[in-house]
Amino acid sequence: MTPLAAAPAHVATPGGFLLVLAVMLPVVAVLAMLALGPRQTARIALTTLATGLGVAIAIVVELLRTGAALTYVVGGWQPPLGLALRADGLSVAMLAMTALVVAAIGFFAHAQHGLEPTTRHGRAPTTFWILLMAVWSALNAIFVGEDLFNLYVALELLTFAAVPLVCLDGRAETVAAALRYLMFALLGSLLYLLGTALLYGSFGTLDIGLLSEASAEGPGFSVALALMIAGLLAKAALFPLHLWLPPAHAGAPAAASAVLSALVIKAPFFLILRLILDVAPPQAAAYAGQVLAILGAASILFCSVMALKQARLKLMIAYSTVAQIGYLFIVFPLAAGSETLPPWGTIAWTGGALQLVSHALAKAAMFLAAGVIAEAFGHDRISDLGGFGRALPISAAAFGLAGLSLMGIPPSGGFVAKCLLLTAAVIGGHPWLAATILAGGLLAGGYVFRVVDRALATPAIPLAPRKPIPRRLELAALVLALAAVLLGLVPLQPFGFLQLGRPDSLTVIAP
Amino acid sequence: MTLLLDLALVAWLLALALHIARVRDDRNAIVAFIGFGLLLGLGWTRLASLDVALTEAAIGGGVTGVLLLRAEAHLRPGKASGASVSHGGKTLAAIACAMVAAGLALAVLAFPSPAPTLAPAAATALPSTGLGNPVTAVLLAYRALDTLLEKVVLILALIGVWSLAPDHLWGGAPSLRPDVVPEPLAYLAQTLPPFGVLIAVYMFWVGADAPGGTFQGGTVLAAMWLLVMLARLRPAPETRRRSVRLVLIGGPTLFLAIGFLGFAMAGGFLAYPESIAKPLIVGIEAALTLSIAATLGLLVAGPAQTAPGR
Amino acid sequence: MTAAWLGPATLFGLCGAALVGIGLFVVITHPGLLRRIVGFNLLGAGIFLVFGAVARRGAGAGFEGDPVPQAMVITGIVVAFSATALAVALLQRLFDLTGRETLEAQPEHLPRSEP
Repeated sequence: MTPLAAAPAHVATPGGFLLVLAVMLPVVAVLAMLALGPRQTARIALTTLATGLGVAIAIVVELLRTGAALTYVVGGWQPPLGLALRADGLSVAMLAMTALVVAAIGFFAHAQHGLEPTTRHGRAPTTFWILLMAVWSALNAIFVGEDLFNLYVALELLTFAAVPLVCLDGRAETVAAALRYLMFALLGSLLYLLGTALLYGSFGTLDIGLLSEASAEGPGFSVALALMIAGLLAKAALFPLHLWLPPAHAGAPAAASAVLSALVIKAPFFLILRLILDVAPPQAAAYAGQVLAILGAASILFCSVMALKQARLKLMIAYSTVAQIGYLFIVFPLAAGSETLPPWGTIAWTGGALQLVSHALAKAAMFLAAGVIAEAFGHDRISDLGGFGRALPISAAAFGLAGLSLMGIPPSGGFVAKCLLLTAAVIGGHPWLAATILAGGLLAGGYVFRVVDRALATPAIPLAPRKPIPRRLELAALVLALAAVLLGLVPLQPFGFLQLGRPDSLTVIAP
Repeated sequence: MTLLLDLALVAWLLALALHIARVRDDRNAIVAFIGFGLLLGLGWTRLASLDVALTEAAIGGGVTGVLLLRAEAHLRPGKASGASVSHGGKTLAAIACAMVAAGLALAVLAFPSPAPTLAPAAATALPSTGLGNPVTAVLLAYRALDTLLEKVVLILALIGVWSLAPDHLWGGAPSLRPDVVPEPLAYLAQTLPPFGVLIAVYMFWVGADAPGGTFQGGTVLAAMWLLVMLARLRPAPETRRRSVRLVLIGGPTLFLAIGFLGFAMAGGFLAYPESIAKPLIVGIEAALTLSIAATLGLLVAGPAQTAPGR
Repeated sequence: MTAAWLGPATLFGLCGAALVGIGLFVVITHPGLLRRIVGFNLLGAGIFLVFGAVARRGAGAGFEGDPVPQAMVITGIVVAFSATALAVALLQRLFDLTGRETLEAQPEHLPRSEP
């Protein structure tokens, strides 16, 4: 464990400033919303959504044009003293997915707030917009951050934006859920912070690139990584640390649930991925991967069964989130790579990334559809929803299409993802993981069909919405669900995208 | 014998922490925590970090203490004995926590020697910021993005706190009134603020070159404001007021604006042109000091408790 | 080397480790939420002391400590205060709505759909 020699610095790329914009645009929106007051809030949000989407597209184009990661050195201060931002293929995929989902959710929220003209500029809608912008900034900062302490601040920003989303409606149950969420999230951040203290003490840098070159070993290093990963697991709600998630995600208003379940939960996973792939030495990474896969498999099985047992639609979807997050964690041993093949060259890597994106799209679609259902009928008891497909055909279709992706039925992004993971499990000799993937798919089929069955039912008295639902409210969910399906039709070749900007990236490996 | 003093300080800190963990009464625990925060400030001077010592004493001991004491008074009527963790569960948790502490202690003892450090790098870069205090240089130049995001965190916490007001009160004023204002408090509130403001301005002003700076100055200002509000000399402002919001966002907005100007003036985001780096940084700090004071004060004041006026 | 061994850096670093243990214990086992919030602050104080030990060990170039971890602690203290404020506000709101100051509701508690 020697102090770092003069390490090769990050070199800023011409398009790197786009990463600064991706992080800072939503912050500008937050400040403007506070300055200009509730009446301008929605307008600022919609402008920012459009601009931010443009920035995300520009980043994708820049990555494809140069075929290399975008890098920015903030203030010109080179790490380790300063901070760098960097977006490789995976980060850019996350940025783009986030922009798309945030924009769709924003569209939905705008339509929904429009239904209640008297409260449109009230507490909940105004707060929602500010929090949505803050979540977006925090997520972008997490996807492009290269410094572990900077990532800590971004994680805290995410927590502070996400927790109040849970209790926007102000009911006692949701306040309790928010408080429980905050407790888990704080414990998680503090453990993560403790890990960064140990890493800095051992290596004098928190830059991920420099740490990965430091051939790190030693007791301090293992303790630090264990603490950080444990902390992030509490935030990612992996079994058995998932208890806070269902009440929090199910109790929030629909648009907020979609943000939390589709996006917020992905950030801690993304950081665990970076720690294991880029910071941990191979031996420790393999060991941690085994443990995470066991927890992931337990999540899939246990929470799928729980989802099957729920009487409420939103709780069912929330339990499904924990189950689907489990798939992300079984990627670790499958994408372990080898001497000749780095992890990001494996099919499991591609499968995991696809699962991440397709779950985000599908889950946001499901929560928005559930929101429309609750808005229309005033409740979300699954057993009393018989025939809702007739009343809300678009929402029912969105739910069903999103369900395809969760179950892993072709054609859908979820199908390709789970197929790749299954293939990797079989080839790599992990029969129990293969069995878990199959069982999880069957259970998901069970809980999705329960709802689809209600949608198609023909009760004696047709179910009628208590108020008219405008089409545009239903559209956001359908667009997201269609995107999740279309993801499965994209030829796999472009997923070489995910290897861009990775060290010694090989020629594209597509199955 | 400084070693003996250090040992005594550490023993005292740990004893207070154990007391906080074991004592039944919440108020007693919080008072112990305030003492803990002040002692910890002393500990930070022994670690040769006056900047942190000031921050810890002001925020860790002071403002957090006020916040917790107010919460305790608010919750006191409902003291219910919650479902206590079983004895076995407690033992198990104690063993797990002891293991974490032991692992951590081993890691601390295993830190490499000579210690890796960025002190030389920070010193080399210091002249180009025009500052004399390296901690200020880290906060506002080398790692300015951390600080900027942390300011957004503070604002977000306040948005979260405000969102907990009932719908009809949202936008109204928080209330800090104790039932009776104790005589000494009223006296302090009348006499202390001028000195407090002076100290705050001094802390902010020397912060560029000596320990102290925007956080410490902002906290002292916030404390003075809280004192005035607690003694009912001035009511808390309505949270929807434009002027309040402009003070809140003033610091971060100036910070961000100068950050963006860096694209044009210094070749990058949050870069300062060397010739005017110091005045720019001091300007940002001045605005941040006010914003921090307002944010901290309003965070302690809590959500709105009276409906906004017409 | 005994001087370095028992210097303030090591001593306060070990104190930080112990505080982390105590804080963690309060956070995990204490039934009262307010006390848990105090526990989070103890845990945070311990973590910051570990940073402080790191900073003190990194003294050099004419500075009595490495300014980078010192600055991180200042940022950390401010974030910790924000967390405390948000937690306290949530707890007070929960108390106003229910009269409880614990989280006894079982996690499976169903959220109502109708207001």
